[in-house]
Amino acid sequence: MLTQVLFRALDKKAVWVIGIFLAVAVYVPMANLLIPPGQFGHVPTYLVSLLGKYLSYAILALALDLVWGYCGILSLGHSAFFALGGYAMGMYLMRQIGTRGVYGNPTLPDFMVFLNWKELPWYWYGFDNFWFAMAMVVLVPGLLAFIFGFFAFRSRVTGFYLSIITQAMTFALLLAFFRNDMGFGGNNGLTDFKDILGAPVQAQTTRVILFSATAIALALSVLVCSMIVNSKLGKVMVAVRDAESRTRFIGYRVEYVKLFAFTVSAIMAGIAGALYVPQVGIINPGEFEPGNSIEVVIWTAVGGRGTLIGPIIGAIVVNLGKSWFTSALPEFWLFALGALFIFVTLFLPKGIVGLWKQLFGTPRKNAEEPAMPTPAQSADIERGEDPSTFDNPQPRPAE
Amino acid sequence: MSKAQDTMLYLNGVSVAFDGFRAINNLSIIVRPTEMLAIIGPNGAGKTTMMDIITGKTRPDAGEVMFDGRTDLTKLDEATIANLGIGRKFQKPTVFESHTVWDNLEMALKKPRGILATLFYTASDDDVARITEILETVRLLHRKDEYAANLSHGQKQWLEIGMLLAQDPKLLLVDEPVAGMTDSETEETAKLLREIAKTRSVVVVEHDMSFVRELGSRVVCLAEGAVLAEGSLDQVSANPVVIERYLGR
Repeated sequence: MLTQVLFRALDKKAVWVIGIFLAVAVYVPMANLLIPPGQFGHVPTYLVSLLGKYLSYAILALALDLVWGYCGILSLGHSAFFALGGYAMGMYLMRQIGTRGVYGNPTLPDFMVFLNWKELPWYWYGFDNFWFAMAMVVLVPGLLAFIFGFFAFRSRVTGFYLSIITQAMTFALLLAFFRNDMGFGGNNGLTDFKDILGAPVQAQTTRVILFSATAIALALSVLVCSMIVNSKLGKVMVAVRDAESRTRFIGYRVEYVKLFAFTVSAIMAGIAGALYVPQVGIINPGEFEPGNSIEVVIWTAVGGRGTLIGPIIGAIVVNLGKSWFTSALPEFWLFALGALFIFVTLFLPKGIVGLWKQLFGTPRKNAEEPAMPTPAQSADIERGEDPSTFDNPQPRPAE
Repeated sequence: MSKAQDTMLYLNGVSVAFDGFRAINNLSIIVRPTEMLAIIGPNGAGKTTMMDIITGKTRPDAGEVMFDGRTDLTKLDEATIANLGIGRKFQKPTVFESHTVWDNLEMALKKPRGILATLFYTASDDDVARITEILETVRLLHRKDEYAANLSHGQKQWLEIGMLLAQDPKLLLVDEPVAGMTDSETEETAKLLREIAKTRSVVVVEHDMSFVRELGSRVVCLAEGAVLAEGSLDQVSANPVVIERYLGR
């Protein structure tokens, strides 16, 4: 049964994408370690970490695409899951510092000593163990998404309303993590990491291995997403996106379909965050910033939502642009980002991938791909209204 | 409760109001197993609201809604009701446009609807045969790999009927199935529905009188949320109140 699903997933373009990232996972470390600096083809270590960061963003964008592009849930709070995964990893890394901290306390991280705490809070227990921390990377975002999604989807909160409460969720977490007495380092977050699994975090080999791990995680994420979207469940997800109540009337529990997608997506985002933190060396409440989540939406839209490769391209391209802009014209970056989003929404509704297909794709015989209605539009279509009125959301007493 | 026995659908004294407007007013209707019932009536008579109540989209304020003589539908949600064996075709054809014709039917096919069962579903030979058979019935076999968005209006209506068949329901609720169809398509649809009604109960809401005549079934005329007249089409259309309120002179 599983092999059949796996086979179906590996069919089509997914094989290429997975193959490319597995090749990258092997090639970049070799180009960094084996080709001497200065020689053609050498990848400097700072670039390895930068690329690793981009790939962890790509996992995050892919996670968002699974819920937004395929299931029509526009989450504006996906950075929260990313940050929670990052914090779980950060807590492990903090516990590895041991007596090397400024205060030399063997159990308490520096900020706790500074705040005059006498003992480790209960929720920090176990984080000195790598596997426990990794379990938390998956469980904490997954559980939050499950509980949040359970109530939101059961109450049939959809569309803009859902987007707003996801935004509220990440904002609430931002405020909570800013507080010193939460025990997560407050404003400064967690940083000054030393070791991961006994290897120094700053070392060239560690950075290279972290990069490879991220590339492999991305390949696995593509595999998992491909398995899901190519299954009948994936088709039902798209059905939910396009005509939610119709899907209910043929007997699918829409709330469970959404809950599944949302939870899987949050877990992927958490893993992305855990890979991100050791590569950038810090996690602080700024990662919960609502703007971050909106940026993820922009990456996904730019790359092309509802495709597996789109969000990955979008995350990498937009962040390359960001890296360039923030060093060359730092004050214009946000304007450029906003302009990009407006441009893509108006002229490239299917993103870079859509443009590519339009220019170079071989159109299938007699089968023009239909335009993807926005969630708001499809809701209107379902109510039998003119889709052009979707700018003015109406209350829906019957739903 | 005993009155509900041996019925497929039993509505008794059902009322529902939206903001004080009584969309359904003390409505009672019975549909027997393998019976076809046509419902006619002016706009706003409550035909679609009645279907919303049966399928769990709207909760009635009062009254009994029983399915298959024993299941109280007023307490269940849409998915549960659909899985009990009530299929619904909407007034406006709603098929899943970004899926192929085949995938539309595959999703509708009566199979376990759980998350894992759906994730790991692989079409068996029987499923393929069944979908092919339905495609032949609704005459869409030659277009099975096309996106549903590219079908004509009438073909979408037929695809939706095909999806109903795939669900294998005991009771079909069919809302204006021939809107936008040509005369010959209308004729074919009537034939198809009569065929379906040999083994299942069918409730058809329709404005097209010649189509209702072709169905040759019992007719109920609704107005202002209640039954105005009931009987054969000739009886109902000869009823002076029906002429006054619906058919016009």
